[in-house]
Amino acid sequence: MDLFEHQAKELFAEYGVPVPTGKVASTPAEAKAIATELFAAGSKKVVIKAQVKTGGRGKAGGVKLADTPDEAEALATQILGMDIKGHTVHKVLVEEGSAIAQEFYFSFLLDRANRTYLSICTVEGGVEIEEVPHDQLALIPISPLEGVDAAKAREIAVAGRLPEVALDGATDIIAKLWTVFTKEDATLVEVNPLILTADDQVRALDGKVSLDENASFRQPRQAELEDKAAADPLEARAKEKDLNYVKLDGNVGIIGNGAGLVMSTLDVVAYAGEEFPGSPKPANFLDIGGGASAEVMAAGLEIILSDPSVKSIFVNVFGGITACDAVANGIVAAYELLASRGETVDRPLVVRLDGNNAELGRQILNDAELKGVEQVETMDDAARRAAELAAVGA
Amino acid sequence: MAIWLTENSKIIVQGITGSEGSKHSARMLRSGANVVGGVNARKAGTTVTLEGRELPVFGTVAEAIKATGADVSVVFVPPKFTKDAVVEAIEAEIPLAVVITEGVPVQDSAEFWALAVAKGGKTRIIGPNCPGIASPGKSNAGIIPADITPGGRIGLVSKSGTLTYQMMFELRDFGFSTCVGIGGDPVIGTTHIDALQAFQDDPETDAIVMIGEIGGDAEERAAAYIEQHITKPVVGYVAGFTAPEGKTMGHAGAIVSGSAGTAQAKKDALEKVGVRVGKTPSETARLMREIMQNL
Repeated sequence: MDLFEHQAKELFAEYGVPVPTGKVASTPAEAKAIATELFAAGSKKVVIKAQVKTGGRGKAGGVKLADTPDEAEALATQILGMDIKGHTVHKVLVEEGSAIAQEFYFSFLLDRANRTYLSICTVEGGVEIEEVPHDQLALIPISPLEGVDAAKAREIAVAGRLPEVALDGATDIIAKLWTVFTKEDATLVEVNPLILTADDQVRALDGKVSLDENASFRQPRQAELEDKAAADPLEARAKEKDLNYVKLDGNVGIIGNGAGLVMSTLDVVAYAGEEFPGSPKPANFLDIGGGASAEVMAAGLEIILSDPSVKSIFVNVFGGITACDAVANGIVAAYELLASRGETVDRPLVVRLDGNNAELGRQILNDAELKGVEQVETMDDAARRAAELAAVGA
Repeated sequence: MAIWLTENSKIIVQGITGSEGSKHSARMLRSGANVVGGVNARKAGTTVTLEGRELPVFGTVAEAIKATGADVSVVFVPPKFTKDAVVEAIEAEIPLAVVITEGVPVQDSAEFWALAVAKGGKTRIIGPNCPGIASPGKSNAGIIPADITPGGRIGLVSKSGTLTYQMMFELRDFGFSTCVGIGGDPVIGTTHIDALQAFQDDPETDAIVMIGEIGGDAEERAAAYIEQHITKPVVGYVAGFTAPEGKTMGHAGAIVSGSAGTAQAKKDALEKVGVRVGKTPSETARLMREIMQNL
């Protein structure tokens, strides 16, 4: 889960990392009120920053300086509602302007390839880190067993060639950001730019934090930090039902078991769709996992059926631990459950069952004679049929 | 032979008294795997009866090893306790720890991995969030269904559980030496490269199927390794060509970030070193079939 800049900075502040004073606003009036407070407290300038989880905000016109509360309000009016790389701006961060003497870059991140943590530090900050030549970056591996103490933090700052005047401040911030990284179960903590102010203070002018959702059981705060407004409504509903669902932009609904098999199903459907008019594509990713009980199947079908763009549904199951007869019974029971609520499955359902007890599962579905249900023997043929039905239904 | 898991392997189960642990211990026993006991500190000294066998429950992995000579541990404990369980297995220097648990915080995985390395790599870790390892006809450590395929001479390494089963099923007429599900988490113990290396060295493996998916660069690194070190034929498959950027597709590690981790990049890297990559699982099976028929 990625945090907004203002959430990252609030977190930083909690751990004692110096950040500019500021608050988040969702209306121009709120922005004006915050700016008024900041000017009253002595700010010479106020910055209005679009809160979106993507880079390049500055270039897109999402970061502006104001000299008065009225100007702050006018700029907030411009920025709120703006679209930045497909992200709508719902909030702006209003904070005191900083007199920047120098901009640095700093991050801690999970290094998947080396199965450890990495710190990146460079004096060349304030630009996209990908644009900084590799030889300008200090890449320092961090052992999960040893962590980062003051000496290590200083080593990182020195390796990044930060100027002498910034070393003490940066060392303190780096050590505190390490605490943020470990205590909050982060996979990324990035500050770009980390600045040296005109009066030689070091502070975090921006913040990017990604949190590991697997750690939610020990990080209760994650639930508040989640951006519920941005979530697709179907994804939000699926999440409530504990379904592993991702909305996509096609019209073949997909249900499968196992993340890899479902990903593969999306691909196979997309390839098959190329043969048909309108090139039908997958409408979603939905992994019903190992169990595939009637309740889970019904919940999954319900979510998919409530997506109006879905024209056909492909249920692709390989019975491993789950037996296919259980899956077939799940489908039958799901139809009954939906019927009992006055809902019907009004779009064709293509089912492919293979593996454990596949014969029995197929027999159960045949005997049930559910309206609109077709069985196809192989994954490739079933994908083709589902795509064809979506093309017809479109 | 097979790799890492043979008919001589003695398996203990950490979390044998839990619902998943006992269910799958019973399945392992049914498939002929030699499960010799389990670990649960709170139930030390008791026994569990599975498939007509009375299995001792030990307080620690070290005690279990001492009493039974176990050399494989399968970990079924919940995410909250997984790190401690794996750390215990590493401290006890068990040669193989298979971590089935899904949803382990990545910092916990990074920590037990670092410990395993610091201890000199005496413990091979498979997983977490994986289906385990099966050497059909010999032994089974984890949740891979034992009856999909008989033994044979294909080696399989995969990030995905059900795709592993699908591939085993499609090539069941040839059979497999060992199937390893390495899991789809961002930090895993055993990698594609480790398995490729072991299959290369295994006289009972003639050819290798490698299944990858979006996220990270493990497949690209495996491709570089294949070019340098693997002489046996390798067929590949990568899932997630149509996955959108920035969305996690089920597995915690399965996410395309910017241009990194795409299926196309992985396929290109593999094909560049001569690995034939199937467009679908069945095409991948077909490619392997051709190779096996011509051996």
